[in-house]
Amino acid sequence: MFLKDYFVTIYKSVGSLLKGMKVTGYYFTHPKEIQTQEYPDNRATLQMFDRFKGEVVMPHDENNEHRCTGCQACEIACPNGTIKIITKQELQPDGKKKKAIDTFVYHLELCTMCNMCVTACPSDAIKMAQTFEHSVYDKRQLKKVLNAPGSKLMEGVE
Amino acid sequence: MALFLTISFSSIATGIHTWLAGTMQNEMLVKITEMAIAGISLLLFLVPLCFFLGYMERKVAAFMQIRLGPNRVGPKGSLQIVADTIKLLLKEGLTPTASDKFLFNLAPMIVVVTSMLVMAPIAFAKDFQIWDLSIGVLYVSSVSSIAVIGILMAGWSSYNKYSLLGAMRSGAQIVSYELSVGLSLISIVILTGSLRMSDIVMSQENGWWIFKGHIPVLISFVIFVIASTAEINRAPFDLAEAEQELTAGFHTEYSGMKFAMFLLAEYINLFVVSAIGATLFLGGWMPFHIGHWEAFNHIMDFIPSSLWFFGKTFAIIFIIMQFRWTFPRLRVDQLLTLEWKYLLPISMVNVLFVTVMAIMGWHF
Repeated sequence: MFLKDYFVTIYKSVGSLLKGMKVTGYYFTHPKEIQTQEYPDNRATLQMFDRFKGEVVMPHDENNEHRCTGCQACEIACPNGTIKIITKQELQPDGKKKKAIDTFVYHLELCTMCNMCVTACPSDAIKMAQTFEHSVYDKRQLKKVLNAPGSKLMEGVE
Repeated sequence: MALFLTISFSSIATGIHTWLAGTMQNEMLVKITEMAIAGISLLLFLVPLCFFLGYMERKVAAFMQIRLGPNRVGPKGSLQIVADTIKLLLKEGLTPTASDKFLFNLAPMIVVVTSMLVMAPIAFAKDFQIWDLSIGVLYVSSVSSIAVIGILMAGWSSYNKYSLLGAMRSGAQIVSYELSVGLSLISIVILTGSLRMSDIVMSQENGWWIFKGHIPVLISFVIFVIASTAEINRAPFDLAEAEQELTAGFHTEYSGMKFAMFLLAEYINLFVVSAIGATLFLGGWMPFHIGHWEAFNHIMDFIPSSLWFFGKTFAIIFIIMQFRWTFPRLRVDQLLTLEWKYLLPISMVNVLFVTVMAIMGWHF
């Protein structure tokens, strides 16, 4: 009984070792399985994944209109004070005043890409971009204003 | 082309010998000059070999892990190892204050010299051998065990707990696995009836031992590859330098060129072990011959003997490298269980089978 177990152990372990070597041998003989992306060389064709979060951007349409109502939900949601929204009172055509954004300040150097501002936004005004080459020599260049100059709120977004 | 095929390593060696004997009258002087030439050419062979093995290891590792490996320095990254060597040469060779300075500086030399000494009886090509001594196999197995003294010395003199632990592990490992290596070498010695390397190669003229010796020799070849992987401290048996537990084991305190010496010795050992395995089990420089198929054997003879030797050696090196990048490291108790409960009893029974086979003449 003992001898049987002994040889069964040897047989099984040799089998499992050969199985492992088959896997590495397969990868060695099939270079097309290689996952490495040669980054600076393939910059032109580089495809980032959808789930990759590089920085917060505010999309504008062709009429230079954005969807941000200035509700400051993102500013409250942000855990480390990355977003600062400065609002102003805009005069509507019917004479009423309405709250609108003046500047949407985004501090990239503080951002941890946690995505909480995007989930908090009720009107889908901001989203995460896939850019990642953010390095600059001066820290001040990382403070960004997300709303384009002269832009205004899109019609129908409350 | 025909001229190229007729020139062999042995004819170059004989040519140099004749020329030296003609120019120098003193026979002693001729011997000394030849020894110097052999030593220098061995060094000139080993350094590029270690560069190549380092490059090969990194590329093999990369491809097995679905990576690309070094590909920036030189074409396909082939000069990466040269750059690394230059970096090591320029680094400071630090000696810790509390260490035993004499032993600390002596240890890397002993390790390198030991691994170079084992190169002596290896037949690189037909009639091309540094020293064809009559106890070749015994010499190899005894000299290679001196390396453990160098490792213990390095661990002890470093005055560092990790170094000491690594050295102690290495001592236990090398002492145990030497038994299996010895017993698997003995099975070939029994079949050949000689310890001389050239006799062992010539005995495989009608077929390599791995084919002629049936299953027992196949088993001893497998045991040889496993046990010698353990003996040269390579993964999965790299407990001596297990970097997750012991930072770098016995060479934790070494830097610069002294560290490079350990690296050099590791790759020379890898080559030596594979060359010994290729000589004993796969016929060394002997071309692939099948019994009395004269025509087939003659065609095989056209491939130079050095190519046969290096092809077989690098095949074994590749297998050992594949071990490293496939298997996880063993624990100390698993390591000793494998040797004392599995490899040693199996190889002892195996030697018995080989002896019966040799006495009854059941091999080809």
